[in-house]
Amino acid sequence: MRAAIEGSAAIARAVAMCRPQVVSAYPITPQTHIVEALARMIAQGELRAELVSVESEFSAASVVLGAAAAGSRAYTATSAQGLLLMTEVLYNIGGLRIPVVMTCANRAIGAPVSAWNDQQDSMAMRDTGWLQLYCADNQEAVDTTIQAFRIAERTELPVMVCVDGYVLTHTLEPIDLPSQEQVDAFLPPYRFSRALDPRNPISIGNLVTPEYYSEARHAHHQAILRAREEIIAADRDWAAICGRSWDGLLAVDGPPDARLGILTIGSVMGTLFDARQAHPEFGAVKLIKLRAMRPFPVAELIGACAGLSDLIVLERALSPGGGGIVGAEVRAALFEAPSRPKIHNFAAGLGGRDMPLDLYPRLLARIAHEAPVQFAIFDLEPERLPPQER
Amino acid sequence: MSVTPPPDSPAELQRRQPVFRGLDAGHLACQGCGQALAARLVTEAIGPDVVIANATGCLEVFTTAWPRTAWRVPWIHSVFANTPAVASGIEAALKMQGRDTRVVALGGDGGTFDIGLQALSAMFERNHNVLYVCFDNEAYMNTGVQRSSSTPHAAMTTTSPPGRERMGKRHLKKDLLSIIAAHHIPYAATATVAYPSDLRKKVRRGLAIEGAAFVLVHSPCPLGWGHGGELSIEVARLAVQTGIFPLVELERGALVAAMALREVRPVTDYLKLQGRFRHLFADDPAAREELEHLQALANHNIELYRLRGARSDPRDSEGADTVRRGGLRWA
Ligand SMILES: Cc1ncc(C[n+]2csc(CCOP(=O)(O)OP(=O)(O)O)c2C)c(N)n1
Ligand code: SF4
Ligand SMILES: [Mg+2]
Repeated sequence: MRAAIEGSAAIARAVAMCRPQVVSAYPITPQTHIVEALARMIAQGELRAELVSVESEFSAASVVLGAAAAGSRAYTATSAQGLLLMTEVLYNIGGLRIPVVMTCANRAIGAPVSAWNDQQDSMAMRDTGWLQLYCADNQEAVDTTIQAFRIAERTELPVMVCVDGYVLTHTLEPIDLPSQEQVDAFLPPYRFSRALDPRNPISIGNLVTPEYYSEARHAHHQAILRAREEIIAADRDWAAICGRSWDGLLAVDGPPDARLGILTIGSVMGTLFDARQAHPEFGAVKLIKLRAMRPFPVAELIGACAGLSDLIVLERALSPGGGGIVGAEVRAALFEAPSRPKIHNFAAGLGGRDMPLDLYPRLLARIAHEAPVQFAIFDLEPERLPPQER
Repeated sequence: MSVTPPPDSPAELQRRQPVFRGLDAGHLACQGCGQALAARLVTEAIGPDVVIANATGCLEVFTTAWPRTAWRVPWIHSVFANTPAVASGIEAALKMQGRDTRVVALGGDGGTFDIGLQALSAMFERNHNVLYVCFDNEAYMNTGVQRSSSTPHAAMTTTSPPGRERMGKRHLKKDLLSIIAAHHIPYAATATVAYPSDLRKKVRRGLAIEGAAFVLVHSPCPLGWGHGGELSIEVARLAVQTGIFPLVELERGALVAAMALREVRPVTDYLKLQGRFRHLFADDPAAREELEHLQALANHNIELYRLRGARSDPRDSEGADTVRRGGLRWA
């Protein structure tokens, strides 16, 4: 059914169709509309679930950990400071390999305080041992949310679905919401092989000495790498039901012989897509959308970059003192490629700065007459800084 | 026609094994560890049909060194501060699954009085059907005996050492029970390893009621308190008999029972057995002042909970279970 619906409401409907039994979250903008919508559905009896209204995100993450470990499908959502407050528990969920699904409505992190969108929050959680999928629009957010439950439960790994705050969560778009029957055909009831059950008592979360710790970390790393197959399979199988594919780990759009490419992550893809149409003067440009940040799709990336002379990596976060986060990963992945493009790594749109259509021509113009930059904030206004800080 | 329960059903397991111990032998606790004994007594009272969430601390560490475990019931440890929230999630899940398996959360005093207090308060506010048991050994033992907000006034720990300027911990032991009482949960109690049947009974009461329950178990730690392992029970008993650790029960936050003391012992009887109070017995006016202070705290407890009376004798196990009660009657 196609309807104009707010991103958060659509995500909440998708979550509800996955029949979570336990939902727990704490209010923070721009995530709040999602849980408010779920709360309404539970109150109306449209969704049969326990809503555990906690006193912090730290507890929200802990509640879904406990619920999923005890054998129920569990869901949470958060943003920014809330995500950071969850950090210790997210590492724990990752290490214990508990299959929960979370929506991260991406938002900048203070200080300086910002209530607006970028992706510093989920990038800071990159190493928690969760799978991370980024969505370019709300239709993808709906489909990815549904896929996430199947991926999580088949791999027994947690999945974070990242959607840009406001840009997606607060925007009305025409969206195809699947039917309950479609979702039921795709997603079997929750089953967790290590569920806490008195009929088969096991201990979860034991102390692990140096004798076994490396092996546990290796197994976790390998499980995340292997999850690539389930991400691809979930996308394929869901496409067979609803007719939409999001190209698994990484999407490429543009002629295969293009010499220029722009790689990005999240909703800015839509802007670049429109801008490319509006600016044919730049010739063939490949747009590469990173859907999976974890596992990082090295082989797909190498394939997508074949034949490129220049690749712009455009991202919405940074590692101060290091540079781009996605940029560094792309560089590392392409280092082993038989031939690799020059890489220009920029951050833009930090703390909600607008990403207008003319970003596209400005980016391409800049790399045309400039040596590749290791990393720079593209849309910086240096004159707003005191001279010594520029 | 009677239906035979499946051989692996919790009820059947319980029938076949009259003294089911959720925490078995083979763990790595120090000799005489009060917490190890308390945890065994608690799991004996619970039986097999339970899921346990355990906070970080000595108990977690000494029972589960991978690939072994001393637990015979499903058990999960997540992190230090979130145990009540993990237990809340487990309870919510089991409720949705229509199962009546009980959920019990275990934590040390650090996990309960300090780092986990926020999550605990929230779990009680939501009145989850969870029994929370705190093993109170009055310091962060797992990390090597640092002070917690449960450490008694004037006690020595590695972060409250006595010296020329200090007489051990400067602050009072946090009155956690009053904080718990303010949540008006159905049941809260204090217990101790020195009175095992009283402890078991309180655990069973906490489990029997619908809603949140809390039991604070005084659990001597020979290593941290500085006494021989063979003295753990004696020390725990003296804590009760001096009025330092009153044994009480609360319903909806109101006091309904307190174990009366036939003969009140001076606090020095309790203190002098423990190395953590050794500095209070020095020939020093400041030390004498602190001893008086601790006696005053015990006197205050005795007044507050009206512990003085000849009704029962905490030194005999019969008396220990004959608790003066008002309010609701328990089956
Ligand atoms: C967030 C965090 N901070 C600190 C620690 C280190 N730590 C582990 S156990 C512990 C003390 C536990 O004290 P308590 O809860 O009283 O239990 P006990 O060991 O005394 O039984 C501390 C400080 C930790 N694991 N996690
Ligand atoms: S340090 Fe104390 S609490 Fe920890 S195992 Fe030893 S006696 Fe028990
Ligand atoms: Mg302690």
